[in-house]
Amino acid sequence: MEKNPLSFQLKLNPDDFLPATEEEKEGLVVMRDSVSFWKDGFRRLRKNKVAMVCLFIIIIVMIFAFIVPAFYPYSYEQQIQGANNLAPMQYSAKEMEQIAAGEKVFPHFFGTDKMGRDYAIRVMMGSRISLLVGIIAAAIILVIGSVFGSIAAFAGGWVDLIMMRIVDIIYTIPDVLLIVLLSFALKAPLKVLAQAPGFGWISVVGENLISIFIVFALLYWVGMARMVRSQILMLKESEYVTAARALGASSARIIKKHLLTNCIGTLIVTTTLQIPSSIFTESFLSFLGLGVAVPMPSLGSLASDAINGLNTYPYLLFIPAAVISLIILSFNLLGDGLRDAFDPKLKN
Amino acid sequence: MGKYILKRIALAFVTIWAVATITFFLMNLVPGGPFLSEKAISPAATKALEAKYGLDKPMAERYFTYISDAAHGDFGDSLKQRGRTVMDIIATKFPVSAKLGGMAVILALCVGVPLGVLAAYKRGTFIDSLFSVIATCGIAVPGFVICTLLLYVFGVKLQWLPTLGLKNAQSYIMPVVALAAYPTSYIMRLMRSSMLDVLGQDYMRTAKAKGLSQKVSLFKHALRNAILPVITYVGPMLAYTLTGSFVTEKIFTIPGLGGEFIKAINGRDYTMIMGTTIFLATIMIVMNVIVDIVYKLVDPRIKLK
Repeated sequence: MEKNPLSFQLKLNPDDFLPATEEEKEGLVVMRDSVSFWKDGFRRLRKNKVAMVCLFIIIIVMIFAFIVPAFYPYSYEQQIQGANNLAPMQYSAKEMEQIAAGEKVFPHFFGTDKMGRDYAIRVMMGSRISLLVGIIAAAIILVIGSVFGSIAAFAGGWVDLIMMRIVDIIYTIPDVLLIVLLSFALKAPLKVLAQAPGFGWISVVGENLISIFIVFALLYWVGMARMVRSQILMLKESEYVTAARALGASSARIIKKHLLTNCIGTLIVTTTLQIPSSIFTESFLSFLGLGVAVPMPSLGSLASDAINGLNTYPYLLFIPAAVISLIILSFNLLGDGLRDAFDPKLKN
Repeated sequence: MGKYILKRIALAFVTIWAVATITFFLMNLVPGGPFLSEKAISPAATKALEAKYGLDKPMAERYFTYISDAAHGDFGDSLKQRGRTVMDIIATKFPVSAKLGGMAVILALCVGVPLGVLAAYKRGTFIDSLFSVIATCGIAVPGFVICTLLLYVFGVKLQWLPTLGLKNAQSYIMPVVALAAYPTSYIMRLMRSSMLDVLGQDYMRTAKAKGLSQKVSLFKHALRNAILPVITYVGPMLAYTLTGSFVTEKIFTIPGLGGEFIKAINGRDYTMIMGTTIFLATIMIVMNVIVDIVYKLVDPRIKLK
């Protein structure tokens, strides 16, 4: 049929009115995969080059601190005969003979200390102690701080008032003074306790290390508690809390399932930033001779021991000093990166 | 205002009392009395010494005597340095530490504030990134590392500066710089972020629109507002320099209160430990209260609770 040039009638194609095929239907769906909180955060974190480099450094340090010592030919307390005060990569006379005889001798990458102990393994063990202190202390602080803060915020009223006054008092107590005092005073009672049946593990971990944990647990949770409280005060007005309550959820369940999970960003960031500050304090204590007990090394005590020989063996000081600075720096920068990624509101 | 000040002071008193109480009971947890390490001492002599210092009385009685004496500024006699009262030792040693700490605080403020302002003013440039790297490192490196590095480079290798004691002006340089490193970095960061905050405010644009010179708007308007957060940091900074001096004094063998405190701990000199702790804690707490009150006074935007 010919089309009249003056006609307004549309010329329709009957094919356009066929039912859509499955493929065509798929193409019309504009929904994307939902981006979860974690995915979103990690995507932002991956873009942050500084934070990724720091994460990489932390992983490397952790491998050296926790895995490598198991395969290392020397032990941290083993004193090698005649190998005192070796410079990095130097061999003792005896070891030279062994090499001449065709034996293989594992090199002392960082030399040895004045008692003939391989310094590389001591630095690794020292990093292990420092990292353990940082991570465990941060975990303790996370638990105590978030429980205390959320209860105070959720209960409100005079409970909140009293709990926050306690926080205020602990907050104004000069922490380092009390830490020095506590770690000194707790040592002996813990030693007595270690003799009691069932508490033998105390001497395995070391009294000093446990007293450091107790100190952190007693004093350092207040910052976390304040942070969590302020978040929860805001969150508890949300509708989903009312909804959960209407459905009959208990307060404990609301705190656990709804409130704490919603301030997880703050929790992650504060905990990560707590790790370097705990490591910092531990190294300070060890440096003053109040940290971990000999022969167990910590980065602080290694540096402290090396001061007397600073003139002749400066590398004994520089290696642990560099490692501890690197660890603290990496955790700090990673914490900043995590804050930008997971908790953008917190920035400045 | 008056209510706020009263509340702060009351809280400070409670805190000082808490510190004194904790210190007292902690000291009593430690076994091995102060006279154990003395050579060849008969049980009778120990008894006599304990009676002299009141260590034979029940704990509750000792506690109340101690608290009431401490409230009068009497911390008793040192158990190790015979014939000297704790207050006497503190009076001779504290000025050394205070001088060092005070110089470090002034240095930190004089260096940290201008550099922070400069970094904010030149944000995004090379100078800004350079300063931010320096500040980040300054915060991450522990005090003893900075001390020993300075000691090694300037004392041992170059031999420019004396390594021990405080004999002349040059010998102050290293300890003060080492002590000031952390607070300087912190103030730099604080100053930069607060300056950036202020520079973005409307009144800065108004100042510019009025035709004020860069210098006037920066120093008269921006700096005044941006420096407020630094004031809040003065309290913690004093606490840091007072306790940081433990390490500095140990490394540079300076006869200050920090070294005395560590010595007292190792020698189990109960009265000295308690006295020093309460004394230092009181200074820190009082300084914090003063700083808080000053902060509220100078910043009218803060509502007084």
